[in-house]
Amino acid sequence: MHGRIRTWGPGALVLLPTVLLLGYFVYGLIAWSFNTSLTNRHTARKGPADYVGFENYGHLFGEERFINSLKNLGVLTVAFIVGTLIFGLLWALLLEKGVPGESIFRSVYLFPMAISMIASGVVWGWLLNPSQGEDARGLNRLFEILHLGFLENSWWTAGNRWTTMASIALPAVWQLSGYIMALFLAGFRGIPPELREAARVDGASEFKLYRHVLFPQLSPIALSALIILGHMSLKLFDLIYAITGPNQFRTEVPSVYMWNTLLRSDQAKAAAIAIVLLAVVAVLVIPYIAYTVRQETEE
Amino acid sequence: MRGGLSKTLALVGAAGLLAVSACGNSDDSGGGDSSANKDVTVFTWWADGGEKAGLDGMVSVFKTDCADYKFVNSAVAGGAGSNAKQVLANDLQAGKPPSTFQAHAGAELRDYIDAGQVDDVSGLYKDFGLDKAFPQNLIDNLTVDGKIYSIPANVHRANVVWTNPAALKKANLDPATAPASVDAWIADMDKLKAAGVKAPLAISKGFAQEMVMEVVLLAELGPDSFKGLWDGKTDWAGANVTSALNKYKKLLTYTNTDRESVDWPDALGYLNKGQAAYFVMGDWVAAQQLADKVPDTAYTYWPAPGTAGNFQFLSDSFTLPTNGADPEGAKCWLKTVGSAEGQKAFNTKKGSIPARSDADPADYPKYQQSAMADWKKDKIVPSCAHGAACTLGQNNDILSALSQFSGGQDVAKLQTALGTAMKTS
Repeated sequence: MHGRIRTWGPGALVLLPTVLLLGYFVYGLIAWSFNTSLTNRHTARKGPADYVGFENYGHLFGEERFINSLKNLGVLTVAFIVGTLIFGLLWALLLEKGVPGESIFRSVYLFPMAISMIASGVVWGWLLNPSQGEDARGLNRLFEILHLGFLENSWWTAGNRWTTMASIALPAVWQLSGYIMALFLAGFRGIPPELREAARVDGASEFKLYRHVLFPQLSPIALSALIILGHMSLKLFDLIYAITGPNQFRTEVPSVYMWNTLLRSDQAKAAAIAIVLLAVVAVLVIPYIAYTVRQETEE
Repeated sequence: MRGGLSKTLALVGAAGLLAVSACGNSDDSGGGDSSANKDVTVFTWWADGGEKAGLDGMVSVFKTDCADYKFVNSAVAGGAGSNAKQVLANDLQAGKPPSTFQAHAGAELRDYIDAGQVDDVSGLYKDFGLDKAFPQNLIDNLTVDGKIYSIPANVHRANVVWTNPAALKKANLDPATAPASVDAWIADMDKLKAAGVKAPLAISKGFAQEMVMEVVLLAELGPDSFKGLWDGKTDWAGANVTSALNKYKKLLTYTNTDRESVDWPDALGYLNKGQAAYFVMGDWVAAQQLADKVPDTAYTYWPAPGTAGNFQFLSDSFTLPTNGADPEGAKCWLKTVGSAEGQKAFNTKKGSIPARSDADPADYPKYQQSAMADWKKDKIVPSCAHGAACTLGQNNDILSALSQFSGGQDVAKLQTALGTAMKTS
């Protein structure tokens, strides 16, 4: 008996603080939020609230503002993931061959990630000024000076959802592409050189080498990148808030809507939005976790 | 060795837990010891500029009036209190209210009243003689179900149009006289456009658009129906509202295209540079122009077209939170806030006018003198954008609807959204 405690005891002891803290601050509070979302606690007033079942959720999904925020989120996520993967992979391909000054380029591409989203959001808010022509400012001014007037546009103030949300995704792509580059670069470096040599000896062209030998080896990395980017995009708040401010219908996503709702002390509705957001993230993350766990047990 | 390692880790874990609980304790000790009972914690969002200077002026009066108490500044920076309101909500929710906190006077207080977080101070109005010092129609605007929950420190005017005389001269318009109505104003803007001023009306995001919409509604509906929009007596679905909103839509066509991405000081810059001829904004513009050293010959101001004789007010006020740490100290602060000296020290620096009608205009700069004269004789109507007429929630919904309108330009949709916003609290 004593021997068995010695086996699992220390491990359990080490895990205990984490389990307690996570249990309370993450899972406990999720349960608490879910509980709040089922009540009619629509003001800051204390005291007991009545349970109204899923009424708050019903209202949310019947509301133009919330549906709009979900659609915005969908478009933002697609634009962000596609943009970041393309640029990340492109930069990784460029650096993969071992160019002179590689470490400098690597740092340059990675640096934006070191900037907090709220700071870069403030600056991008200026850069994405929608004035055009003579009055152009920010990026539009740059295009104007370079005689690339056709590139000027009204960014996130455009009426069209895709232009609007792609403009919001732009700074996020700029910040995260370097990180994805680093992931892919590590992946490339992890492939044994013998594989490339063997393919070349067999007469494979460069294109075929990448297509059939190297890329398949990167798919686990691509999947991780997809999950990391996906859940970041779903929870994105600071960047959007810094660029467009509160109560901006055109760029509102559920996280910003939740903040606006909480500011007016509508706790039940804010909790309901939080739970919907959690569910959306869970749809993305849980299959991934299940997949990784299965892979690990197979190994 | 194994035992040693696990012991170390266990210790680290325990230390972590201790650190967490220690944090919890340190929060509590804030107002605990006996000397702290003399502290008066004043929560504001006046952290810099003229606002900070005004607060400092008020504090110096407080120090002589209430020598027994110590002023503790608890200001949270952030435009129009957006950050501060979140911090305050947390403190109130946790049952740790400051001694007194700043809030826009009027409907914005309703959230705190409904939540049982502020006390009725109408007794203090009698004690301090404020029921005589403040204009009766201001007191009417502050009264909720026969009770008053805050003491105003100042008054700002929202329905002001600032003009650039140089830009107006291009179209031979007289900067000293306001157009008689919204329609005449639109006609003037056409002239300005023809004279080469491409975006005659400077505007910025969020509440600046709300203020333009409000002055159009006030001009078109008149003060009584306008007040009714906010207290439920006027129907938002009415044809007069539709026609006013169509004029607001027309006005937006004369504005700068980057309206969604600039703040009001930027829009004021467009006016000062002559890119625009008009700018609708509250009278804190006067203080900003003073701070930016823009001479008062470079701009003129008049009540928004069609709203002359109406004073659309907003007011910063202080409350008495329920179960505050030291209500006597808070009451002494409120006494200073309402007093003639306190209001003078505060307002001469902040650029607003005193809520008291017994102040001496000679103490104030040029713009404030004219505002004080209007404050005495005009009809007083509230502003929604600044919390006098709307709760935070209603205001949020209206701002969201306006940002949607700024892109979509669908008047019917805006009208429905506004009506819905005012029906929910």
